[in-house]
Amino acid sequence: MNADAVEARDRTAVETRQDTLFRFVLFGAASVVLFVLAGAALSMLWGGRLAFQTFGWHFIFSSDWDPVGKHFGALVPIYGTLASSAIAMVIAVPVSFGIALFLTEIAPGWLQAPIAAAIELLAGIPSIIYGMWGLFSFVPFMSEHVLPWINDHLGPLPWIGVLFSGPPLGIGMLTAGIVLGIMVIPFISSVMRDVFRTVPASLKESAYALGSTTWEVVWKVVLPYTRSAVVGGIFLGLGRALGETMAVTFVLGNAHQLSASLLMPGNSIAATIANEFTEADSDLYLSSLIALGFLLFVVTLIVLACARLMLHNLARREGR
Amino acid sequence: MQQSAPRLILKRRARNLGSKVLGTAATLFGLSWLVWILAVTLFNGARALGLHIFTDITPPPGAAGGLANALFGSAVMSLLGIAIGAPLGIAAGTYLSEFAERRPIWRETIRFVNDILLSAPSIVLGLFVYTIYVRQVGHFSGIAGGIALSLIVLPVVVRTTDETLRLVPNMMREAALSLGIPRWKVTVQVLYRAAAPGILTGVLLGLARITGETAPLLFTALNNQFWNNNIDGPTASVPVVIFQFAMSPYDAWHSLAWAGAFVVTMVVLLLSVGARTFLLKNRIDSNG
Repeated sequence: MNADAVEARDRTAVETRQDTLFRFVLFGAASVVLFVLAGAALSMLWGGRLAFQTFGWHFIFSSDWDPVGKHFGALVPIYGTLASSAIAMVIAVPVSFGIALFLTEIAPGWLQAPIAAAIELLAGIPSIIYGMWGLFSFVPFMSEHVLPWINDHLGPLPWIGVLFSGPPLGIGMLTAGIVLGIMVIPFISSVMRDVFRTVPASLKESAYALGSTTWEVVWKVVLPYTRSAVVGGIFLGLGRALGETMAVTFVLGNAHQLSASLLMPGNSIAATIANEFTEADSDLYLSSLIALGFLLFVVTLIVLACARLMLHNLARREGR
Repeated sequence: MQQSAPRLILKRRARNLGSKVLGTAATLFGLSWLVWILAVTLFNGARALGLHIFTDITPPPGAAGGLANALFGSAVMSLLGIAIGAPLGIAAGTYLSEFAERRPIWRETIRFVNDILLSAPSIVLGLFVYTIYVRQVGHFSGIAGGIALSLIVLPVVVRTTDETLRLVPNMMREAALSLGIPRWKVTVQVLYRAAAPGILTGVLLGLARITGETAPLLFTALNNQFWNNNIDGPTASVPVVIFQFAMSPYDAWHSLAWAGAFVVTMVVLLLSVGARTFLLKNRIDSNG
């Protein structure tokens, strides 16, 4: 065998080894992504085991939160997280739909990109800024202008009146829900806008040719065609709202009490952890907070997984 | 009896007009919050801003001071977060786009998990780092803060790298491979060069996200009132200082918190706007 052939063979061998090594390193990096998700869930289950063992199912259904008596129940923060997120969705879903409608059907072409960029800036503002603005600007605004009106006009109503009566503190569930709603609007509206754009022009043009108005095209053609992805976008926003921490911590009031009124201060899972973690003076206290984190993680994972599956369905139908 | 045609048309037109008015109103509603939040932050922040913000350390209640230690801590931990998260994310994104063709299920699983991680609550990632690192080491540290931030950078970079590499035309891969170049060299010297603007955008967006991130630092880096060169000890950061000062009853602390909010907002907005225009410019260049 001549020298060139030997050299070529050796080089091929070296390069094959390098390729294998390279692939192996990349594979390891990709596995880290899986490890982080699984590790986060398992480590919190492990960290919260003391609380789960001590309280069992009472941990979820008890509203006690007594660091001195060492009795912990998660009902108040769970209710706070669900209620504030529900308020957020009631506000964010219709507004986001309106924005997506505006950006795809109403606005002239030259206006679409700047407005879309401005709405996305809302998503870029850090949540601590939302929190500070909420505490110093929005809470006084609510307590002086909005809440007295709500008290007077919605408070006396039968059935739902109890939700809207209470002292106009400004800080509370309703304020937190509104701030959360503003924070998730950019996420939901950008998904809606993107999926509205995937509707084939021929479908929309057919509807227009039959004499449909813009609204009828959107309501009867665009929305049915994109339904699962739109719900996916809403779930994505819900996942964000459930786990949001800092903004809620500022305006929710950090009060461990269950009250029917949305105007009263409350607590959420994330806000409880943020406020009390460094003050936790016993193992059981710390473990209860980590157990709260585990519950939050599991709920958001389920919501986000649903969101991704629904968004994925549309992508597959598109043949992408 | 059937509705007469003109009235039906009027009704449909009215509904159409109503939807357009409401859609426009919703957009104005969304934009008004943006204006309100930015105006309040920039106005209060500009009033509190001064050179002392960058030269003095955080004061005790009642004294004058700045945010120098917090700015330094934020910078160090953000760089650490990028230094860990960006290479890991680029490697994982490369794997998904280039090296996983024979394992589609595995690849889609990782993409799915990464997408979930992208919107997972950041406070939970902080708890994760607390249990696996802070608790084992026994003390809060800037390193733990950097690790927590890297977990937020990771999914952003994985996704942008994956997406950008998939946009690189297959011709480039085939041309390079037909010359007998090994795949790792094709990836590093050809594909990365073509995808560099997109990957860099991803890193910048990741940096923008962690600049204002507070929740994961609360129980990893904790806080520090003094200047601290030791990254293995509790480290101050601007967002955590904002949190502490804004919740306090002292006016001087509130003013410092606004100054911090101003700095954080400006950095984040410049980074995200810069990243997007940078990407846009490169796209136009490569097309024309």
